[in-house]
Amino acid sequence: MKSLLAPGHRGCAGCCDAMAAKFALMGAGEDCIVINPTGCLEVMTTPFPETAWEVPWVHSLFENAAAVGSGVEAALKALGKKEKTKVLVMGGDGATLDIGMRSISGAFERGHDLTYVCIDNEAYMNTGVQRSGATPYNASTTTSPAGKVSFGNNRPKKNMPAIMAAHGAPYVATTSIGFPKDMIKKVATATEIEGPTYIHAHAPCTTGWGFDTSKTVEVAKMAVQTGLWPLYEMEDGEVTKVRKLGKNIKPVEDYLKMQRRFSHLFKMEGGAEEIAKIQAIADKNIEVYGL
Amino acid sequence: MAPENKLDKSKMVVVEGSYAVAHAVKVCRPNVISAYPITPQTHIVEDLSQFMADGEIPNCEYINVESEFSALSALVGSSAAGARCYSATTSQGLELMHEVLFNVAGMRLPVMMTIANRAVSAPISIWNDHQDAISQRDTGWIQLYAENTQEISDMTAQAYKISEDKDILLPSMTCMDGFILSHVYEPVVLLEQDLTDEFLPTYEPDHVLDPKNPVSFGAFADPNYYTEFRYLQEQAMQKALKKIEDVANEFYDVYGRYYGGLIDEYRTDDADIIIMAMGSIVGTIKDVIDKLRDRNVKVGVLKVRSFRPFPVEAIKNAVKDAKVVVVLDKNISLGLNEGALFTETKSSLYNTDVRIPVVGYMIGHGGRDIKVDTIEKIIDEATEVMKTGIKIESQFTDVKEELL
Repeated sequence: MKSLLAPGHRGCAGCCDAMAAKFALMGAGEDCIVINPTGCLEVMTTPFPETAWEVPWVHSLFENAAAVGSGVEAALKALGKKEKTKVLVMGGDGATLDIGMRSISGAFERGHDLTYVCIDNEAYMNTGVQRSGATPYNASTTTSPAGKVSFGNNRPKKNMPAIMAAHGAPYVATTSIGFPKDMIKKVATATEIEGPTYIHAHAPCTTGWGFDTSKTVEVAKMAVQTGLWPLYEMEDGEVTKVRKLGKNIKPVEDYLKMQRRFSHLFKMEGGAEEIAKIQAIADKNIEVYGL
Repeated sequence: MAPENKLDKSKMVVVEGSYAVAHAVKVCRPNVISAYPITPQTHIVEDLSQFMADGEIPNCEYINVESEFSALSALVGSSAAGARCYSATTSQGLELMHEVLFNVAGMRLPVMMTIANRAVSAPISIWNDHQDAISQRDTGWIQLYAENTQEISDMTAQAYKISEDKDILLPSMTCMDGFILSHVYEPVVLLEQDLTDEFLPTYEPDHVLDPKNPVSFGAFADPNYYTEFRYLQEQAMQKALKKIEDVANEFYDVYGRYYGGLIDEYRTDDADIIIMAMGSIVGTIKDVIDKLRDRNVKVGVLKVRSFRPFPVEAIKNAVKDAKVVVVLDKNISLGLNEGALFTETKSSLYNTDVRIPVVGYMIGHGGRDIKVDTIEKIIDEATEVMKTGIKIESQFTDVKEELL
């Protein structure tokens, strides 16, 4: 399978975005147009006059990629080119869950034939690791730091896949860059379906999360294996497929220990109780999704 | 000499200004229309929606977006994918588009929008002034202002032709005074399809989002490159000065109608006093001038059609023999106590040998009626300036002291 993201981009060693973009393009195929809001992916792939994109690509602003995608789709239809060409929007969690929310909601409500892939590295990495609506409970970021009276981010992740399913999207799926085949297959499925489809890809960031650059895939797999990031598919609002974990469910402690953003939980008084709360989040996922 | 305007009265119909614009858009054969309703622009997009519902705009998609921000954002994608695009907005909607305006211009996408000019809040006001568009002055859009509904209708086709020229590739906003022009019913000759097809070629961009020939739009530019992008945008603006004139003449050749190029002049040849303004107020001023001319007051009007690019040379040449220039602005640059047209006009003359007094009036904010009496009073004061020099350089007019 050909990679349509050329080598030589400026991503960090072990960069999750590069993997996510590569897998998404493998799923969508070369007859696609990519819309990419502001973020690491945009910055690392398009320093003028270079580009790492071997498919047509457009960046506009941080908060409007889904609207730009709507326009691309409408133009292709009007010009009689939509039949084969796929419209693929790829944005980070900031562009998706926060600043771009209105634009995504509008595009999905209007039913444009496009696939939106959220590359979720759980904070604003491009500006230096500030919290987003996707930052998990108790993660320390530069705007939700752990401190004497704080365990870090004090809210759970926004449930974006559920929100997108509630828009009436015919297909919504979660995936992870730790499971490339899963991601490629789900993007391929999504882009084949007519209408607005949504893929939420969990994507550990070596820089923002604080783990060795060789461990990206390992950390990503662990998020899934603990139950913190369940992999499932939804069709017309109903969960239809779940990736089962079987007997090898790992404790969240193993996952948290791998990352600097949770290191305070192992040092601070009361940290054990907080880890137990995170375990409860995973346990609930295991129960709800029957992992 | 400006060509004589040959308006064919047999073809005239009485329609609302908004309808004339929507009809003009239709015959320009857009591929994507994306808009959000806002008073007083609403009737334009409603009329376009009806055209769509009646199947009267072939090969076109209409996107009912959730905000003005997405209205223009969608056109970034559409235009980059090779579509001829249209939107319309006003006031808060235009301000909401602000960030995207830069983006469209920076990517050199020849998007066209009609602005039904309206005041901006706070306090909220739905009525006309030019603050909304003037506040977008530096976004890289061509800005054209129309005097009446016939002109805004015809300006629609002209703007596409200017924007889509391969030497220009800049977006355009055509500005009509909200309510005063958007909601007025008056006789106009609607743009004919056959003449418009002759005048406005199909949009065939050189660079589009095409999987067969992948290109990247909107890459980021570090300090080694950014300046050159800005420089090239300005070069295109300067080229647009001539293009706007050329297109006005080309339009005349096809349709026989002419409203000026960058500027238009009325009774300025021997004028001691020249009043400068933009938009529908020019019609009122012309009436006052006719009256005063009967009393041998030598006064003329200079209509500014193109605010961006700013017609420095045309204005200088038009006013050089006058004894005083009066600039009326339906906007204010807060903190300078001046309207933008006044500031730009003074700036244009500063390093030239044209040394004449220029005075400014800020007028008609938030839809306040501009009365003939006020224009006469301003001309009286200009007569004083001729004799005594400038006492007050720039001022609000018609302020109700009792409300302060």
